[in-house]
Amino acid sequence: MSTILISKIEVGSHLYFNFGDSLHLHGETVIVSFLVVLAVSLFLAISTNNLQRIPGQLQSIAETIYDLVKSIALTQMGPSYYSRFLPFVTTIFLFVLGSNVAGALIPWKLFEIPEGELAAPTNDINTTACLAILTSLTYFSAGLSIKGIGYFKRYIKPAIFFLPLNIVEDFSKPLSLNFRLFGNVVADELTVTVICSLVPLIVPLPVMMLGLFASCLQALIFATLAAAYIGEVIE
Amino acid sequence: MVDSIIASASVIAAAIAVGFAGIGPGIGQGNAAGQAVEGIARQPEAEGKIRGTLLLSLAFMESLTIYGLVVALSVLFLFFINSNYYPNL
Repeated sequence: MSTILISKIEVGSHLYFNFGDSLHLHGETVIVSFLVVLAVSLFLAISTNNLQRIPGQLQSIAETIYDLVKSIALTQMGPSYYSRFLPFVTTIFLFVLGSNVAGALIPWKLFEIPEGELAAPTNDINTTACLAILTSLTYFSAGLSIKGIGYFKRYIKPAIFFLPLNIVEDFSKPLSLNFRLFGNVVADELTVTVICSLVPLIVPLPVMMLGLFASCLQALIFATLAAAYIGEVIE
Repeated sequence: MVDSIIASASVIAAAIAVGFAGIGPGIGQGNAAGQAVEGIARQPEAEGKIRGTLLLSLAFMESLTIYGLVVALSVLFLFFINSNYYPNL
């Protein structure tokens, strides 16, 4: 059955890049995320290379993205601090958007690799965990650098017995960010795969469109939440 | 024998996890969509703003179901990976 279908479910098989005894990288994730980073950087470099007063196509796309991300950061963090964290939010947004769209649009299954299969980098829980941990590190350092030692007063608000809850919240925030992005991407791919195995033609198309839409929405949500967590700390 | 019992148990556990995770967000999304329709009916000129907010909050509620799905997937596949007992997909 799996020979007929272009897409098949493979669980737990990866193309490993081994460095020494203890360092194993998931090759397919590394390859695709490298490509995504390359594509996003190229797009940004080309579109902002020759800035015109009347923007061309690429420049107007870049300006739309900038306006969107700026409005997210501005509403979540307020006018005085948003410009400091705008690059971080933009990076997260563009990377997640790029990798989700790459996973949804490019037929990776056509490229054979020795083991595992190419897919969206956010399909690997390590990528999303890394993004979530980066977000928590950023809001820690933002709070410490802006509020100094007074940052820790946040933990005993609104009362002293909220301390354990606030500490647990610090762990549950990256966990929920991680699972939200990973689960959504995997759920899209699984739905498409299951429907493809039932009806391989035409019927999966609307589901794929829904998946593409949901992927774009997830990038927006990840960026919004990252900005909201930072804004919550520094307000 | 033990393997097959654990396999069926994990399949049932996955079904329960995803099924119950669907209930709450379903109710919540229904409420949110109903309120949004009401808002649009009362104030049709605010449709764009309402739609944006609605989609964002729907995606948040959706993620609760997704947590259930992640748990279901890990329950399903962790056992199958560890036991070389692959389902015939």
